[in-house]
Amino acid sequence: MRTNVAEPDRNDVSDKGAASVRFRAVDKAFGALTVLEDLHLDVEPGERVVVIGPSGSGKTTILRVTMTLEHIDAGTIQIGGEQLYHEPTSAGTLKPASEKHIRKVRSNIGMVFQHFNLFPHMSAIENVMLAPIKVHGVSRDEAQHNGMELLAKVGLAEHANHTPGQLSGGQKQRVAIARALATSPSVMLFDEVTSALDPELVGDVLNVLRDIAEEGRTTMMLVTHEMGFAREIADRVLMFDKGRVVESGPPSQVLDNPQQERTRSFLGAVAEH
Amino acid sequence: MLTPGQYAQLWNGMLATVQILAGAFALGIFLSLVVGVGRLSDRRWVRGISFGFVEFARGISSIILLFIMVIAIPILLGDMIPWLRGRSVAVLGALALGVNMGGYGAEIIRGSILAIPKGQTEASIALNLNPTQRLRYVVLPQALRIILPPMGNLTIEILKGTALVSVVGGFDLMRATQNQIASMLARGAIGVTVLFVNVLVIYFILAQGVNALFRLAERALDRRFQQRPASKGVRIDATVGAETDG
Repeated sequence: MRTNVAEPDRNDVSDKGAASVRFRAVDKAFGALTVLEDLHLDVEPGERVVVIGPSGSGKTTILRVTMTLEHIDAGTIQIGGEQLYHEPTSAGTLKPASEKHIRKVRSNIGMVFQHFNLFPHMSAIENVMLAPIKVHGVSRDEAQHNGMELLAKVGLAEHANHTPGQLSGGQKQRVAIARALATSPSVMLFDEVTSALDPELVGDVLNVLRDIAEEGRTTMMLVTHEMGFAREIADRVLMFDKGRVVESGPPSQVLDNPQQERTRSFLGAVAEH
Repeated sequence: MLTPGQYAQLWNGMLATVQILAGAFALGIFLSLVVGVGRLSDRRWVRGISFGFVEFARGISSIILLFIMVIAIPILLGDMIPWLRGRSVAVLGALALGVNMGGYGAEIIRGSILAIPKGQTEASIALNLNPTQRLRYVVLPQALRIILPPMGNLTIEILKGTALVSVVGGFDLMRATQNQIASMLARGAIGVTVLFVNVLVIYFILAQGVNALFRLAERALDRRFQQRPASKGVRIDATVGAETDG
C-alpha cells in the first residue's frame, strides 16, 4: 500500500483542470480486499457516465468515495478542478484536507441511493427543503418555492405533505432525486437507484433521470443494471471488474460490440435474466 | 384514615419529592444527551471521558453517591465552587440522582443513535450537513422515538430513588412519612399500615403521572410519523427505515 498523499502530477494541476470528476491513482481497500486499484478516471462537465460490472467489482465504491462516504487510501480526486481530499500548501504540495475544505468541495456533489434514505420524520417537501435552508442559508419561502417546483418536476407536487411512509418506492426515489437536486450540484451520483423498486415503478424514476440528462447541465455518474437505459442515456460506459476499468467507451462499443472477454461474459450473464 | 394535618404533611413531602425529581430529571436528561453523544464522538478523549462518567455514575450505588454529594462534596469543593455551600439537601440530592440518571440515560441515548440506519447519516452527508446538523435534524429526532420508553422507565426508577434523600437528611415524601410514624404507632400496627398504604398510593399516582407524560410525548411523536391511508391507487409501503427489494 502506498502512502497517503500521492505525488501530484504537475500536468494534472496545470492543464485544462476543467474535468468535472477526476480520479488519479486512487486506491481503496476494505481490510485485505482491494476495491479500487490505481484508478484513473476523467468525467467531463455534463458527461453521463454509466458504470457497469459484477457485484463486488467496486463500482458503487467509485460513487461512495466521490461522495466522501468512504475515504480513499491513496491518490487524489478532483471535483471541478478542486482537490476533494487534499488542500494545496504554499509550497505547491498537497496535504490532507480539513473537514471545512471537504465540505466546501462536497457542496458540488449530490447523490441518490439504492434505498432512498429519505428522512422518515419529515414530509416530502421538508426532505427537499432541509439542505437549502440549513446548509445553503436559503430562506424558508424560497426553499419551499424551489422545492415545490422540483417535486412538480418529478411528478409529485400533490404528495408534498406526505411522509415517506405514505409513498411507494418509486415515489420515494423521485423525492430523493428532488432532494439531491435542491442544492443544484454540478455532479450527481446515482447508485443503483432502480434496484430496490418493483419493476412497474422503475419507468417513472428513469423518466426523471432522462429529464435531468436532457437538461445537460449536470454531470451524471450512474451505477445501474438497467442495460437498456444505460445504452440510451450514457455518453460513455465503463465496464468495471476487480477494482479496475476493464473497458471504456460509448455504449455502441462496450454494450453492443465489447472488445474484452470479461465484458462479454458479464453482459452474457446479465442478458440471461 | 389520616388526620387533615397528616395529609397536609404528606402533601408538602410530595411537593418536595416532585421538585427533587424535576431537578434530577433536568440534570439527568442534559447529562444523558451530552455523554450519550460524547460516547460516539470521533475524538478519543471525548469518548474516554464519557465512558468514564458512565461507568462512574452506574457503578456507584445511589445511596453512596447521595452521601458523597450531600456531605463530602460541599466540604471538598466548597472553596472552589462557593455555590455548593449552604445548598439544601434536596438540591444536592437532586444533583446526585441526576448524575445517577445521566449514567444510565447516556447508554439509552447511545443505543438509540446506533439503532438509526446508517443510510440516514449517509444521506445527510450527501446533503452536506455538518456533524451537529446531522445529529440535530436527522438522527436525534428519529432516535427520540426509541429513547422515550426506556427513558420513562428510568425516570420512574429515579422517582423511587428520591426516597433515599430522606436517608441523608433531606425532606421529601419519605421523610414526611417517617415523621408520622411515632404518632401512628399509638394506633398499633394497623396505624402504621394505614400510613404506608397512603404513601404507597401517592408514589403510585406520581409514577402514573410520569407515565402519562411520557405517553403523551410518544403520541405526539407518533403523529409526526403517522401513516395516514394514502390516496387511491397508491401502494402503501408500511416500512419506515430500511426497505427491501420488491
